[in-house]
Amino acid sequence: MDLNTLWFALIAVLFVGFFFLEGFDYGVGILHPFLGKNDTERRMIVNTIGPVWDGNEVWMITAGGAMFAAFPHWYATLFSGFYLALVLMLLALIVRGVAFEFRSKMDEPGWRTTWDWVIFFGSAIPALLWGVALANLIRGVPIDGNMNYVGGFFNLLNPYALIGGLASLTLFTLHGATFLTLKLGGGLEDRARVYAGVIWYPAVLFLFLFVAGTYWMTDVHERLGLDPGVVPTVAVLALFAGRWTISNRRDGWSFILTAISVVFATVTVFIALFPRVMVSSLDPDWSLTIYNAASSPYTLKVMSIVAGLLVPVVLVYQAWTYWIFRKRITPETHLHY
Amino acid sequence: MDVVILARLQFAITTVYHFFFVPLTLGLAVLVAIFETIYVKTGDETYKKMTKFWGKLFLINFAMGVVTGIVQEFQFGMNWSEYSRFMGDIFGAPLAIEALLAFYLESVFIGIWIFGWDKISKPLHAVVIWLVAIGSNISALWILVANSFMQKPVGYVLRNGRAEMDNFFALLGNGHVWVQWPHVFFSAVATAGFFVAGISAWHLLRQSDQLEVFKRSFRIGVLYATIGVVLSMLVGHSQAQYMTRIQPMKMAAAEALWETEDPAAMSLFTIGNEKERRDVFAIRVPGLLSFLAFNRFSGEVRGINDLQREYQITYGPGDYVPPVAISYWTFRIMVGAGMAMFALAAFGLWTAARKGVPENSLYLKLMFWAIALPYIANSAGWIFTEVGRQPWIVFGLQKTADAVSTSVGVGEVMFSLIAFTLVYGVLMVADVVLLRKFAGAGVPDDDATAAAPVGAV
Repeated sequence: MDLNTLWFALIAVLFVGFFFLEGFDYGVGILHPFLGKNDTERRMIVNTIGPVWDGNEVWMITAGGAMFAAFPHWYATLFSGFYLALVLMLLALIVRGVAFEFRSKMDEPGWRTTWDWVIFFGSAIPALLWGVALANLIRGVPIDGNMNYVGGFFNLLNPYALIGGLASLTLFTLHGATFLTLKLGGGLEDRARVYAGVIWYPAVLFLFLFVAGTYWMTDVHERLGLDPGVVPTVAVLALFAGRWTISNRRDGWSFILTAISVVFATVTVFIALFPRVMVSSLDPDWSLTIYNAASSPYTLKVMSIVAGLLVPVVLVYQAWTYWIFRKRITPETHLHY
Repeated sequence: MDVVILARLQFAITTVYHFFFVPLTLGLAVLVAIFETIYVKTGDETYKKMTKFWGKLFLINFAMGVVTGIVQEFQFGMNWSEYSRFMGDIFGAPLAIEALLAFYLESVFIGIWIFGWDKISKPLHAVVIWLVAIGSNISALWILVANSFMQKPVGYVLRNGRAEMDNFFALLGNGHVWVQWPHVFFSAVATAGFFVAGISAWHLLRQSDQLEVFKRSFRIGVLYATIGVVLSMLVGHSQAQYMTRIQPMKMAAAEALWETEDPAAMSLFTIGNEKERRDVFAIRVPGLLSFLAFNRFSGEVRGINDLQREYQITYGPGDYVPPVAISYWTFRIMVGAGMAMFALAAFGLWTAARKGVPENSLYLKLMFWAIALPYIANSAGWIFTEVGRQPWIVFGLQKTADAVSTSVGVGEVMFSLIAFTLVYGVLMVADVVLLRKFAGAGVPDDDATAAAPVGAV
């Protein structure tokens, strides 16, 4: 495996980690104003991700930094091309992060309600837009011979990409619901399970449509053949199996299954992309690949050493946080947020 | 409006805004870590109260710094894609390392610190805030490694139509990093010192409850501020000398020095005509600029007109003069604010050494309002160092006008510029409301402090 492939894999891993972790954060944020019927319940819900959301979000920042370092043209084309979509996502993430910290620091109901909805939209918008963005990556967007996106904003809102967006939105919401069944106490976990049961239907529908659409509406079937292979199949099957675990209160399994679904769906996207990083719909020769978009061999080597040293350490201490805060949040828990 | 101007304006607004929160995070993290360490070592409850009181304000500020930092990671690609293509091979690396080495550290451990008061042991909890402080300051180091490359490109070779890294250690060993990072760090120390001393002064004026907390905070605050200001000035002096060597044009602009002089006079006040490149009115001290540049009262400091001629020979026809008025005044605002800070902090330290805390109400009021001074100095300093580098985005390698994204239109940048500015404005209001509430509320009495961890309401 050459370093270009390694870095493609590493960025895929960063996105997988990001969607696995931040996926349930988004889901918790989306469910928060509905699942929590009063202020205490809402605080409990926010506190389930209180100690971890910031660390989870760094996966995205790191993925962005890794793209910049390893594939500068990918970084340049993607973020200048999907400009307005990214602005919306950044605005959402900015207000969302502040909302977690600020929400419970004032007693006025108006203050808290406002931040509750900021948390909702700040989570729902990125959850939707990530699906839209990834779907457009594999579907292909108008990229010219100078690696510049020439499509405009509304070009991104095609049916396939919107299905991708709804798939990520519903899948993350479900993932958040199964997370909450494990993290909440005092009866709220039961309500979370009911919500999970409901969201399961659209999540299955949109994920299935997305996987099917990936074969139907992109060039994937020409490149990889009609047999979808193990990865997308697992993504869909895990979600199907979730129906049974949710109904039977196997909450640990439900979370594992939604996690598998998120992880394998993300891997599917990167398999469909490889070895390209952005597909040009104008001319296949204008697609960005792990070679023409890459940094120099020297930079890739330096970054490989750095990542090899640091990533394991990060994984250890981040896992430690989850261990420290493994207990459920109950009405008796001291709520910091 | 021109897309380059809009993109620059957006970068300036989002970055200056981001840097409103960063220095306090950098400096206060260390101070809170010191408070908590003393508490753990001595068991002195007053230090625990100080940890919690300042820790709460720290967290409100920290959140703002984190979220506004997200934009920074992406806007090189968004608005400066030609820059990203040309420099990405070098510039992306420090950003990625910053994320891996620093962002994870501070973001993961800040969560443990907020939520972990009753979950991990006291010494471990103190270690955690040190990790946050270290993470934040390492983050500053790596972003300054990146910025230093823009000021003084090193460790690269021009190949394949772009700048490619050929020596990673040259980036880290860039002399510019080692004058810029200390300057930023000590400015951050000064910022936190003034923040702590200023809010304490307000409580001393009001004779708030738990006065001991604020007396002690004030004394430590002015000491910290004095250390920060003095070292920031000393390092700033070496930074200016370094700048005179690597970017003489920036120094000439900072001084509105049109013609080369030896010995060079320093301007105290100049009204200039930027178009014709001449003074309209100026008060100048003979020899002082040479002294600042070389530590002696002679020595040639090159002027704008000579440098412009030189640069045209080296880089081809073009205008290589940065906006002189902005450079001149932001430099003076920074230095002036620094001097005022030095006077206030030194007076406070001197009084505190003799009497415990100052009682002069005018001085205490001044110290409260002086919280603004480091913010003014920090912002002016960054505007100066970035505007003074123009027309270059990377000195000598790429011009700002060539770096902008070609695929992003005026309308799009206009939209994002307005959207970011509005949202940032609203958040600033919320931030100030909360800071006022918690800074003004003072320290709860003993029982409440024992029961309520930081972050709780």
